[in-house]
Amino acid sequence: MRRYLTRKILIYTLTFFLAVTIDWLIPRFMPGDPIRNMLARVSVASNASAIQMMYDYYARLFGLDLPLWQQYLNFWKALFQGNLGISTYLFPTPVIEVLKRAVPYDAFLLIPSILLAWYAGNNFGAIAARSKRLDNFILPLSYVLTATPYMWLGILLAWFFGIVLGLFPIAGAYSFSLRPTWSWTFVLDLLHHWFLPFASLFIIDFGGWAIGMRNMIIYELEAEYSRYLTALGAPQRLIRRYAFNNAILPQITGLALRLGVIVAGALVTEVVFSYPGIGYLLLAAIQNQDYFLIQGCFLFIILGVLIANFVIDLVYIVVDPRTRRGMVGESA
Amino acid sequence: MKKRNEVLYFALRNKKLLIGSGIILIFLLLAWVGPAFAKYKPFDYANPLGAEPPSTEYWFGTTFFGQDVFSQFVNGLRATFIVGLLGGGLGTLVGMIIGFAAGYRGGILDEILNAFTNIVLVIPTLAVLLIIAAYLQVRSLLMECLFIGLTAWPWAARAIRAQTFSLRTRDFVDLARLSGMKPYKIVRREIAPNMMSYLVLVFILQFGGAILTAATLDFIGLGPTNAISLGLMMQYAVLWGALPLGMWWWFVPPGLAITAIVGALYSMNVGLDEIFNPKLREM
Repeated sequence: MRRYLTRKILIYTLTFFLAVTIDWLIPRFMPGDPIRNMLARVSVASNASAIQMMYDYYARLFGLDLPLWQQYLNFWKALFQGNLGISTYLFPTPVIEVLKRAVPYDAFLLIPSILLAWYAGNNFGAIAARSKRLDNFILPLSYVLTATPYMWLGILLAWFFGIVLGLFPIAGAYSFSLRPTWSWTFVLDLLHHWFLPFASLFIIDFGGWAIGMRNMIIYELEAEYSRYLTALGAPQRLIRRYAFNNAILPQITGLALRLGVIVAGALVTEVVFSYPGIGYLLLAAIQNQDYFLIQGCFLFIILGVLIANFVIDLVYIVVDPRTRRGMVGESA
Repeated sequence: MKKRNEVLYFALRNKKLLIGSGIILIFLLLAWVGPAFAKYKPFDYANPLGAEPPSTEYWFGTTFFGQDVFSQFVNGLRATFIVGLLGGGLGTLVGMIIGFAAGYRGGILDEILNAFTNIVLVIPTLAVLLIIAAYLQVRSLLMECLFIGLTAWPWAARAIRAQTFSLRTRDFVDLARLSGMKPYKIVRREIAPNMMSYLVLVFILQFGGAILTAATLDFIGLGPTNAISLGLMMQYAVLWGALPLGMWWWFVPPGLAITAIVGALYSMNVGLDEIFNPKLREM
């Protein structure tokens, strides 16, 4: 178990290291002058001397006059102090503050949709593997769902339930007339706005898990141990349960592998519903050429995915006894 | 020769493969000849009245600015196929190179490549793509293919490595090695042909994945700067209020086309899997 964890932590540390390096490298070695591009788009200052001052300020912030290794070390130092620069689009708010405001909405949207879709998809897939009629209906539907681009389903849901039927609001996390408080009106309003983006993420992920589980269960039921149990005359329910327990392990690994895709899906869903999470911020940052904010979003997304991966690894230790005994079952 | 006939026999009787490839062919044809039938250029302000639902003059209607949706659609379709082919092809190629090298060589090279694959696998592809794309002022479709291909390979490399691992200890590979064949030639002549079906499946999945990634990038505003694409159409539709204005003809075709193409690819994938793998054939 210790070996398994050390290995994982080593990989995550290396990944984080690589990600930060990319984050540092790209602005410096891309063609063009990012600071000039950025200032050209910002209307903070209008006269030439002010622009020159801004330029010097950012050049110093980037530390472009220092040797490269010094710049790199300073970048890490600033990072550990939580200094990600200042947003030009929401000038003069520090990037870290902007991100801190957005992250709760992401968590509120992502965690329930990921967990519920995973749970429901697995159970549905297991049931589908059991009945031919359900299988013939669920399987094609699930394939269509996994092929659907996230934003398109979001657009369709927003259009149909928001505009045609008028049941749900299609923009924002809460009504403009309300202030965030812990009152029932506000919480209900929050949930009302949350439902469509949540549903859109849930539905697409659901399809993928259902297919995976269905295929796994069929595979497990063909395995030697299942046949042996059948030969012994064990009840079908018991065999199904063993099959399910074995099939759930690859699905947990699958969750870790798919996280990146799901997060990307959440980003575009937030854009569709103007939901004030990182995805929505990112669109604004891109449209306003706010490089610090873009880089901050990048780091937060990677950090979030790494933490989620680590949590999944911990869950895996609980679920799969082989990892505890030092026999790394699933490939590490 | 006999084996080929058998594959063809099952291929022509596999509904999933036939339906899937049929859909792909229809869209491919549309992307190929469609632009010739479009009366306007994708970005031309063709309709002076602005947004209009589909009519005989504007087959798919016009956008908020009076641009012809049909023209944008068929040209975007073309971009979609190019991204799938080149981006997915490059992803498969890089996956093959790394997978074969790690799987066949083994040892320290395998350790390094495997660790690298695991690291790239954890980083969300889109995050890297967006930071690269954001810093490039001018982006072309080919560049997008390049970036997508260079970030999509990890799972393919992992799968191919595992397959190579199981093949390299077989007798015919040992025999080839004894006869003094070079490693590159062994991989090309002995190992790759034996997992051809597998490589085809990897390519199909990479093709579909590249299309979805490109749609996401385009939608968030980081697609090619000088061309139309299906993702860009959806972005414009959302940003310019197609939803509240009920202009469904603007956002339904691009998403529907992506869903149909990627869904058809998945269907082909399952169908081919059944053809290549006798255990999965429905009796």
